[in-house]
Amino acid sequence: MLQIVCTLLLSMVIIMPFALYIYNITTKKKSFVDPVMDKVDDGIYRLFKIDTSDMDWKKYVCTLLLVNACMVLVGYLILRVQSILFFNPNGIGNMDQSLSFNTIISFMTNTNLQHYSGESSLSYLSQMLVIIMMMFTSAATGYAACAAMIRGFLGKKMGNFYVDFTRIITRFLLPMSFIVGLILVWQGVPQTLYPNYTVFTIEGKLQDIASGPIAALESIKHLGTNGGGFLGANSSTPLENPTIITNILELFAMMILPASCVFTFGHMAYDKYHEKKIQAGNDLSTIKDNKHVWLGSEGRSLFTAMAVLFLIGLILCFWAESQGNSAVAANGIVQTLGNMEGKEVRFGIAQSSLFTTVTTSFTTGTVNNMHDTLTPLGGMVPLLHMMLNVVFGGAGVGLMNMLIYAIIAVFICGLMIGRTPEYLSKKIEGKEMKLAALCIIIHPLLILGFSAISVIVPAGLEGITNPGFHGLSQVLYEFSSSAANNGSGFEGLADNTLFWNITTGIAMFFGRYLSIVIQLAIANSLMKKIDINESVGTLKTNTWTFAIVLVFVVYIFAALTFLPALALGPIAEALTLGI
Amino acid sequence: MKDFLKRFKTAFIFTIGMCVICGFVYPMFLTATSQIFFHDQANGSKIEVNGEVVASEFVGQDFTDERLFHCRPSAYNYNTYTLEQLESGEYAGLSSGSNNYAPSNPALEKRISDEVKTFMDENPTVKLDDIPSDIVTASGSGLDPHISVEAAMVQVDRIVANTDLTNEEVISLIEKNTEHKILGIFGEDKVNIVLLNLDLAKEIGMI
Repeated sequence: MLQIVCTLLLSMVIIMPFALYIYNITTKKKSFVDPVMDKVDDGIYRLFKIDTSDMDWKKYVCTLLLVNACMVLVGYLILRVQSILFFNPNGIGNMDQSLSFNTIISFMTNTNLQHYSGESSLSYLSQMLVIIMMMFTSAATGYAACAAMIRGFLGKKMGNFYVDFTRIITRFLLPMSFIVGLILVWQGVPQTLYPNYTVFTIEGKLQDIASGPIAALESIKHLGTNGGGFLGANSSTPLENPTIITNILELFAMMILPASCVFTFGHMAYDKYHEKKIQAGNDLSTIKDNKHVWLGSEGRSLFTAMAVLFLIGLILCFWAESQGNSAVAANGIVQTLGNMEGKEVRFGIAQSSLFTTVTTSFTTGTVNNMHDTLTPLGGMVPLLHMMLNVVFGGAGVGLMNMLIYAIIAVFICGLMIGRTPEYLSKKIEGKEMKLAALCIIIHPLLILGFSAISVIVPAGLEGITNPGFHGLSQVLYEFSSSAANNGSGFEGLADNTLFWNITTGIAMFFGRYLSIVIQLAIANSLMKKIDINESVGTLKTNTWTFAIVLVFVVYIFAALTFLPALALGPIAEALTLGI
Repeated sequence: MKDFLKRFKTAFIFTIGMCVICGFVYPMFLTATSQIFFHDQANGSKIEVNGEVVASEFVGQDFTDERLFHCRPSAYNYNTYTLEQLESGEYAGLSSGSNNYAPSNPALEKRISDEVKTFMDENPTVKLDDIPSDIVTASGSGLDPHISVEAAMVQVDRIVANTDLTNEEVISLIEKNTEHKILGIFGEDKVNIVLLNLDLAKEIGMI
């Protein structure tokens, strides 16, 4: 328990300076890297003949989709012909059609759901040119969409997709991946182009050991909230995550970008408030300098709501795992260590449950223990957090979802107490509400719709490997993970079949792009509205009360949509096991 | 249409550029740097005995010799195999992961009951109550090189019975290979079985 608290406190201390840095990147404020990085960025714009003028929302969205489409095209081709290309020392064959389709969608949408096992399905070239490249670009895409949405909400121009995209890669993702990667190598993660090797053990047997450019993939996997492992068992393997130091480093790496997005939003909202005060001719001395603002009051509401949701999940997961595994208890074993099935000794229950909650809250999808073997209630937490999809969320998109919930919360509260629904000085009207409702319905529709199909169709049922209620949990988990663009899995599911590859591919695609398009449409519609002045009728959104309201809105919405499914899956399993 | 083609061209060239920068230059640069500064770790932290590589520090092995400490059960036997198993196709190639049995799956209870029985047969002096849960459950990766300190201690009697070493000597070997929590807070107390067994093998003259 103590180490969870210490890890989280330490994370806050470490994330803060990065958050300020990301805020500077987003708003193009001066920062210490400008003398070098400005030249690098200008070089990239010139080299690729990029027009850096502002885009309207339609152009922004089209450019985003077009760039992603090109990457899908290039990536798909490489996977299909990887066997004849270079850097294939382990002699890996080409990937088949449906699996390539699934893999490419999965990595382009920042999901990283893996229906393949890295050891046997990807050449080193594919790992680098396709997987690592997409880990950078999908994270940058999510961040860019989020930056545009924040600007729209605050009534600013949306900016330029290529500029946002390039700046986050050159100024944050690339240098940080290098530093994190180097620390990982120091701790024992391999980084080489040599093939897998075989050793003769002291008992006279043989052992195959995996190798490759693992550290390079490992660092961006977490920084970009991607989550797809180099090896089948992901960050639970000692080759990807050998020590407690790498584990904590990976935890921090996946928290930085999502948390920074909330911070950036808070600061930009504060800046707007600041500007308005100056326009109104208020005394400047009463306004705090931005440097001394921690989160900004609007950012604080969202951050608090996310943190409360996160902590509730974490406590439930840690408690459930500490109770131990019923199958172990049935054999008369005393479980002082908690549920160790599917967990690594070096992480234990504390770091495993923390990692599980963080990876599904920040929708990374990397795992340091096998989620399929979690206790029913311990496994419900990652499932629920992916269904909510707003507990910090992946690079950028988590904040975007939370902003949609904020609009809905404002609307519901407005109706209840008779205030005009407005958010960040913008009136919320019919058009925005229709889009927000549409946006929020897509997620459960994808999860529940596809789950329903899977338990009817024989091709879906064949994938289920655990009997009883847990079988339904496996299906729900797979589609929640796809729709939330998380990528972790109840890995028991036999998912490399045509049915699963296609259905999850579709869920990932719509879960990602439909949401982004609708969210930017809402941002555009708010951007065009004239700011209204605060009056007695305004519902304040920068208060603790609003944060609590937001938590309840998220939970109520989740309960209305997902409770029946959860009751048939993890809750029923928990009740049968008597927990 | 012309406008679209122009935009497509920009996006496509940009994609190729990103492939080169993020997918090639970055991993190659990291490879070069880590090969220079952390050569051993970057190549897999291999452990050599008499000039031959016998293990990697971070990958567990399927130890079965009764004189050595045993690891946790693994769905893939730690990718350890004999020549016969390779020829008969029993060894299916490099892999990682677990059986992914849910707590409610009867197969899990059965597998653990088999493990408990095997463990009690191998270590007849150990009582059921004293078996720590990690030694009869499979790890997530199937490659876990660690066991808990208790799981090492319960195997001491068997090692002593099968070798010339005394109780104290074996326990001091365990203590030597125990990795403690960092700052007393982060991580767990654990024993690296690969390193421990290499020390033990040297003591008993196996290598």
